[in-house]
Parts: sequence; C-alpha cells; structure tokens
Amino acid sequence: MNYWPLAGIAIVILGFALRFNPLLVVVSAALATGVLAGLDLLAVIEALGKAFNDNRYISITWIILPVIGLLERYGLQQRARALIEGMRGATMGKLLVAYLAFRQLASALGMKDIGGHAQAVRPLVAPMAEAAAIKTHGDLDAAARDEVKAMAAATDNVGLFFGEDIFFAIASILLIQGVFESAGYPLTPLELSVWAIPTALFAFAIHSWRVLAFDRRLGRASE
Amino acid sequence: MITYEWLYLLAGAAFAIWAALSAKDGRWGNAAFWALLAVSFVFGSQLSDLANGVLALALVAIAAFGGLKRSDPPTTSPEERRTHAARLGNRLFLPALVVPLTAVAGTLLYNYTTFGQTGLFEARRETLILFGIGVLAALAGAMAWLRPPLMAPAEEGRRLIDSIGWAAILPQMLAALGAVFAIAGVGDIIGGIARGVIPEGSVFLTVVVFAAGMALFTMIMGNAFAAFPVMATAIGIPLLIQTYGGNPAVIGAVGMLAGFCGTLLTPMAANFNIVPAALLELKNQNAVIRQQVGTAVPLWAVNVLIIYVAGFMLWN
Repeated sequence: MNYWPLAGIAIVILGFALRFNPLLVVVSAALATGVLAGLDLLAVIEALGKAFNDNRYISITWIILPVIGLLERYGLQQRARALIEGMRGATMGKLLVAYLAFRQLASALGMKDIGGHAQAVRPLVAPMAEAAAIKTHGDLDAAARDEVKAMAAATDNVGLFFGEDIFFAIASILLIQGVFESAGYPLTPLELSVWAIPTALFAFAIHSWRVLAFDRRLGRASE
Repeated sequence: MITYEWLYLLAGAAFAIWAALSAKDGRWGNAAFWALLAVSFVFGSQLSDLANGVLALALVAIAAFGGLKRSDPPTTSPEERRTHAARLGNRLFLPALVVPLTAVAGTLLYNYTTFGQTGLFEARRETLILFGIGVLAALAGAMAWLRPPLMAPAEEGRRLIDSIGWAAILPQMLAALGAVFAIAGVGDIIGGIARGVIPEGSVFLTVVVFAAGMALFTMIMGNAFAAFPVMATAIGIPLLIQTYGGNPAVIGAVGMLAGFCGTLLTPMAANFNIVPAALLELKNQNAVIRQQVGTAVPLWAVNVLIIYVAGFMLWN
C-alpha cells in the first residue's frame, strides 16, 4: 500500500505545532496529499476548487455579523452583564451549568441552532459568565478573563455535541444508519439516538463538575 | 423555489460591501480578501473548478502574507453603550432571538405542517435558508427600531469579520481538505493501519482501538463524519459486530460520540475551536481547546466503557 498520502497529515500536525498560518497549512497539506497519491498538481487544484466551492454554505453564517454588531453598538453585551449583576446568587459556575443543560436539552429536541458562538456566546454567554465571575471573585486579570470566556465557548460545544445526537433526525445519526444499512444491519434512527443518552448524562456530569471546580479555583486565586 | 444560490448572493453582497468599506479605509489586504470571497460567492457556480481553485489559493496567499488586519470603524463608546443598554433594557435581546427562532420554528413548521408542501425551499436546505430570512428580518426590525446611521450594520459587521479574519474561511477550507483526503484514499490507509494494531481475541482492546481510532481520525479530519465510515467499516462492523457479536446500535451511536470527544481536542475543528477564540478575541488561539481537554478525555473513557458494558456484557 502507498502510505505517502499520509504526509498530508504530518504537514497538518507540524504546521499547527509550528504555528504557521492555518489556511496555509491546510492548503499545503491538500496539495501534498493529492500529488503524493499520484494526481497531477492541476487536478488537485481543481479538486480543491470544486470542494471549496461546494462547501460555501459553511461560510454563509457570517451574514449574522451585521445584526450582532449593530446590537452590540447599542449595548447588547453591557445589557447581558447588567442582567447577571442584578441577579442574586448568580455565579459563573451556576450560569454555565444552566446554559449547558439548556444547550443539551434544546439540541436533543432538534433545536441545535439556538446557541452557537457568533449568535449566543460572544454577545451573551461570555459577557454574562465574565460578569458573574467578577461579581463573586472581584476584578480578574486578563488571563483569567480569557479563561472564563474560553470556558463559555467550551460549554457551548459540549452542550451541542452531547445533546444533538439524542434527536433522531440529525445528520450524524442518519450517517450511522446509512453506513450500517449498507453493511447489512438495518437500524432505525430512534434505536441509535437512545444510545446517545448515557453519554449525554455523563457529559453533563463531567463538564458541570469541571465548570464548578474552575469557579472555585478562580475564587482561591483571587483571595 | 428558494435555493442556496440566493444565500450565496446575499453573503456575496455582504462580503462585497465589506471589501468596499475596507478599500475606502485604505486596508487593501482586507479589501482584496473580502472582494475575492465575494467573487467566489456570487460567481462560484459559473466559474470552472480550476478558477475556483486558483481563487482559493489567492485567498490563502493574502492571509499567509499577513494581508488581513483588524479594523476599527467608528462606533459608540463604552459609556454610550451602557446608557443605551440601560434605556433599551431587555428588549435588546429580541432581535438576537429572532434569528434562531425563525430558523427553528420555521424548520419545524416546514417539516411537520402543510407549509412544506408549498415547495418554497430547496429540499433539506430549509434551516439555513430560514436562518438567512431570520437575519434579514432581525436586521430590518433593529434598523426600524434603533434608527442607526444607514451604514452602521455594515461597519459593525466589518469590525467583527475583520477580528475573525482568515479564520472565517478556515472551516470551509478544511472541508475542501477533507474532499482531497477522500480522493487520495487517506481513509482506507488509516483503516488498514488501525486494523493492523489490534491484538487478536481481546474484545475490550478492540473496543479501545475502535474508540481511539474514531477520536484520533476525527482530530485529523476535524469532524467525526469523515472518521465514522472509515472506522465502522475497518473495525466496528467486521470485528466488533461480526466476529465478537456486539450490539450494532451501541457500537454505532457511541462510536460516533467517541469521535465527538476528538472534535473537542483539535484545531482542525475550526468552527468550534478556533473561530470562537477569534470571536472572543482570546490571546491564545487554542484557549477553547485547553478548557475542553479535561471534559473530552474522561468522557472518551466513559464512551469506551459504555460500548464495552452495554454493547457486549449486557447484550450477550
């Protein structure tokens, strides 16, 4: 077997590790992989161009930025912070655990488009988490603020990933069904999606515990 | 019928406006980058594969040579924002909620009522199309309510897209890399290697290799969708199900989730891990991944146990 196409993977790993521009890393890996698999360079560029063009829908979501930017101009982030500051007993830990539960449940019911980094985390969840952390622990340095914001983004990801597969009509469940059916194991989407529930419960338990531990650690650091 | 082509025109228009504003601002690198992207969105379906490929390479060249800079269009001061926020109150959240609600409620209505029989939207594309409609509705509503300067949404949008910079097209470029990997047969090679390292006769170790293969290959590809068919056909189906008699539903469903743990650990899953770091203006590009390691690794181990316990011990 020709193992040379794996050089593309090596380029990706090295490129990211050495902190080259990720776009450059990805395109170099694509060109190297194609050429090492025996295609000529022009054909690889054509394949890359076709796939780039076919996947334009991925970048469509940026059209939401004018809406978010406009609302931020009128104080959306400040309002999100004020809401948390006015809430008695609100802590960063409790807030993110509540958001995790909400994100998992909404995704499990097929509403995975509620939430997300551009539309929810940047304008709402991250400023709220930051405000709650400052409220309980006093002012935080820039590094700690970044950690809080990153945890807000991480919570959105965990909530989405380990909620969405409980909804049976989702692409990943349909992909599993398709692969198994063509191998002679017909399964219904529902038979598969119930098996996403145990992992979802563990994801909630593990990530909640970590968020709360992170909140306590911030508290100790600020004392 | 409304298709993705309509959305491409809409996004193309947004990128074109950002290009023009960047040029007016004297930021030529930004102007060239967003203008090329506008060309891709508006004319991409008419261009040849080679032209699209050259366009993608040109985008990468601009980004790699540092042509993209953050921008600072005029906006409100923090004090003004606090004053506005106090005056407008929680109503500020409404336009932000219009977008997901339009997408979700519209998708449900389209799929479960007679609305779907109108054939208004391209099949299976309704959610993203409704998202676009929601954006337009929210923008129109916010403009009518807040009455900002006409170019304010475009300028505020430019501030955000410039802060994201090259990361804005990284997910799309990674999808293109996945396509090239598929043509080059990378999946088959990885599947072959994974099969080669499995010790014979141990169900538990086979489960571990299957789950590890899902996570690692997902980390390489940036999403579990590319990894699943490879690992399922290399190990999951022939070994775990046919040789060892495991429960297919558990192996399929939880195997995919083991892959999702890998998604939490890789910069290749750019839209989940790198884009938010840019959006939140974090110093470290990998800050989000760092916060996810402590969840992803134990959860992966839990998935191994679930496959072993529910897929084999309780099943047989």
